[in-house]
Amino acid sequence: MSEDDADRIDRNRRHFLTVATAVTGAAGAGVALYPFLASLQPSARAQALGAPVEVPIGSMQPGEMVRVLWRGKLVFVLRRSEAMLERLPEGLDELRDPNSEVADQQPDYAANATRSVKPEYLVVEGSCTHLGCAPLEDFEVRPSENWHGGFFCPCHGSKFDLAGRVFKGVPAPTNLRIPPYRFVRDDLILIGQDTGAA
Amino acid sequence: MAKIEAEVGQPKGGFMKWIDDRFPFTETMKYHATEYYASKNFNFWYVFGVLAMVVLVIQLLTGIFLTMNYKPAAEEAFASVEYIMRDVEWGWLIRYMHSTGASFFFIVVYLHMFRAMLYGSYKKPRELIWIIGMLIFFVLMAEAFAGYLLPWGQMSYWGAQVIISLFGAIPGIGEALVEIIRGDYSISDITLNRFFALHVIALPLALIGLVFVHIVALHEVGSNNPDGIEIKEHKGPDGVPLDGVAFHPYHTSKDLVAIIVFLMVFSFVLFFAPEMGGYFLEYANFEPANIKATPEHIAPVWYFTPFYAILRAVPDKLWGFILFGLSVVLPVFLPWLDRARVKSIRYRGWIYKSALTLFVISFISLGWLGVQPAEGIYVLAARIFAVIYFAFFLLMPYYTTIDKTKPVPDRVV
Amino acid sequence: MNNYLKRIAHYTVATTLAGLLAAPVFAAGGGAELEKADIDPGQIPSLQRGASNFMNYCSGCHSAQYVRFNTIGKHLELSEEQLVDNLMFNAEKTFETIRSAMPAADAERWYGTAPPDLSLMARARGADYIYTFLKSFYVQEESPTGVDNIVMPATSMPHVLWELQGYQRAVFSEHEETDSEGNVSTTVHFEHFEQVSPGTLDAEDYDIFVRDTVNFLAYIAEPIRGERRKIGTWVIMYLIVFFIIALMLKKQIWKDVH
Repeated sequence: MSEDDADRIDRNRRHFLTVATAVTGAAGAGVALYPFLASLQPSARAQALGAPVEVPIGSMQPGEMVRVLWRGKLVFVLRRSEAMLERLPEGLDELRDPNSEVADQQPDYAANATRSVKPEYLVVEGSCTHLGCAPLEDFEVRPSENWHGGFFCPCHGSKFDLAGRVFKGVPAPTNLRIPPYRFVRDDLILIGQDTGAA
Repeated sequence: MAKIEAEVGQPKGGFMKWIDDRFPFTETMKYHATEYYASKNFNFWYVFGVLAMVVLVIQLLTGIFLTMNYKPAAEEAFASVEYIMRDVEWGWLIRYMHSTGASFFFIVVYLHMFRAMLYGSYKKPRELIWIIGMLIFFVLMAEAFAGYLLPWGQMSYWGAQVIISLFGAIPGIGEALVEIIRGDYSISDITLNRFFALHVIALPLALIGLVFVHIVALHEVGSNNPDGIEIKEHKGPDGVPLDGVAFHPYHTSKDLVAIIVFLMVFSFVLFFAPEMGGYFLEYANFEPANIKATPEHIAPVWYFTPFYAILRAVPDKLWGFILFGLSVVLPVFLPWLDRARVKSIRYRGWIYKSALTLFVISFISLGWLGVQPAEGIYVLAARIFAVIYFAFFLLMPYYTTIDKTKPVPDRVV
Repeated sequence: MNNYLKRIAHYTVATTLAGLLAAPVFAAGGGAELEKADIDPGQIPSLQRGASNFMNYCSGCHSAQYVRFNTIGKHLELSEEQLVDNLMFNAEKTFETIRSAMPAADAERWYGTAPPDLSLMARARGADYIYTFLKSFYVQEESPTGVDNIVMPATSMPHVLWELQGYQRAVFSEHEETDSEGNVSTTVHFEHFEQVSPGTLDAEDYDIFVRDTVNFLAYIAEPIRGERRKIGTWVIMYLIVFFIIALMLKKQIWKDVH
């Protein structure tokens, strides 16, 4: 074996070891990074505080709306009146997503014409899908303005109907989000949890 | 060897050239790594500088994540630490890394300082490196002390009470000074809040700045070595010191091995004995601060105990404080106290060797005595070792002058 | 003037130093010798029994405010149903922490001091301390609770486990000592216990009961203990592999240095 050969073998071995060290070190550093990133997610306390909330609805009048907090987020519970429900199918062509086709914006069981489990009750997150401001309710019907009643975001003027569906020509891209919820009893809604696990 | 340097050092076209035209990247890498030559005979004692750097990074990284969950308020601090330990995902790991890191910082720094004493690294022309290093040590002590208050346990509270009260010994301004440190008439929420500010912002900034300057000064003069020889005095025709090897890849590959071994020891403590028998995490600190009751046994964390033992050995508040302060500050003057003509212990006579041995024995003994009850034989022993501790420094100009040194070779052995 | 300053200085030093008697040991009260608790944190059944003991006998007065039921369920292999049926007498949701049934203010009024939170007691005092403490109640007529404790004299805690252990009497011996100045002082040494009335458990079963309880207390003091040791083993195994590779690289690089 010539000296050149020995030199070449040495260099190959060295190259191999350099790569092996770098790969092992990088793998270790990567794994070590995981706990730090994982620590950023909601803690056990945040999860406890973000537990499902119960909303008694027995005494709500038609047309009445309550605001509740779930996981620190504003949720509207609106008992829609007969008149309100009748107006829902009107002017569908002015809406961006009238049939709730954007899957992330509601659980499957709310992807219907009223965007709700029971048509009478709308449960919707009070957070504009544009940049997160809290929309205001504006249930007054003003035919002159072609307004059937709904929600209006004061920040950038996005408009939503009484099922939280977004109008065309406003900054908000999608319908208001419907949180997971279920009826524990006829007069009690549990927000944050669907059917199944207790 | 030449080939590797060529690979690293060659100016590259394209992107690297674009950078180098605007920022001295390649030049900096050469100056501090690929063409920074350090002696090839570095031994075990030479790894603690880089290990201190590793611990600093661990402390900064874990500290940032702890700050995200910790609450610097007397009512909430203790609970927020338990929140980190239990409710935050992996919070326990981050917290244990930080608490274990604090102790290992001192282990590593003490050994790093001892290396300098073994091989005369503080002597000309490295006096300034040593002084900056001592400043780092002072800031580190302040950083550790401020950090220890934050969990707001019994030891946090009463330890801080005792140490802050120390400043009350200064005649005239003592009491006023103590009030200014606390910001209150006793240690309170206000004190905790300001210690938090010092611990997470002011002192770390100072620490990083000083560490940077420490390394700049080191790379200007060049590293010492176990023979205490200036390798720059014997250069080859290419201008490279004959006894030196490039920091990268030689010392980096060596340091990496040292870092891994260090991480093994570190991990062992962290995962299997994070309390380290009550020395790294004191048991009484698992009880929230109780202003109405001092714990039965209180002691500072182990890394302060040598100096603390000196404090206790003096039966007078003011003199205790003065000697305590002196014991911390005296090493700063080592470059001028040491009159020997050689640097390394290898070429020193029996007198310095004995003195250094006695010093190490007294330092460790004082550390041990600092956690024993201050009574009877312990106080006597602490006084004897304190005398040895001071004698080591104060008599140094004398005994290093009369010590018989051996001739130092031209080149490293 | 000088004397006065000196006195102040001495006084200050004396009081400061008195507070500083140092030793990082568990603060054992009363100087009593502690019995080894001999707990096994890996014994899930023991921890489960301990959890039940704790909820039945301790949680009436003591909270464990940092401990969540669902964490206990995860580590002690208890289902949500088992948690609800066997442990959660005072809680509705599994993510809740262990609160005491007694308001702290009432407790303070009744016992003089509020019963301490037990989340970290085993870490602060040590398992042996609690183990010995729970076995060291003895009849003391003058005490408002009718009992005292060798480990923590003058404790305001009643003997909650008396039905199980029964009552015992403490036998002391007295020693007279004369110091150098001729003053006679008497010191009292605890010798042993004598059973006065039987409990529902015999001595051996009572030890097991206390051991299980202490095991659980040690567990809640650091719930991730088992996890950290497991992870630690993997970390060190990884470091050994990394060490071998890095050492080979170092040797290769240093080959041409002489």
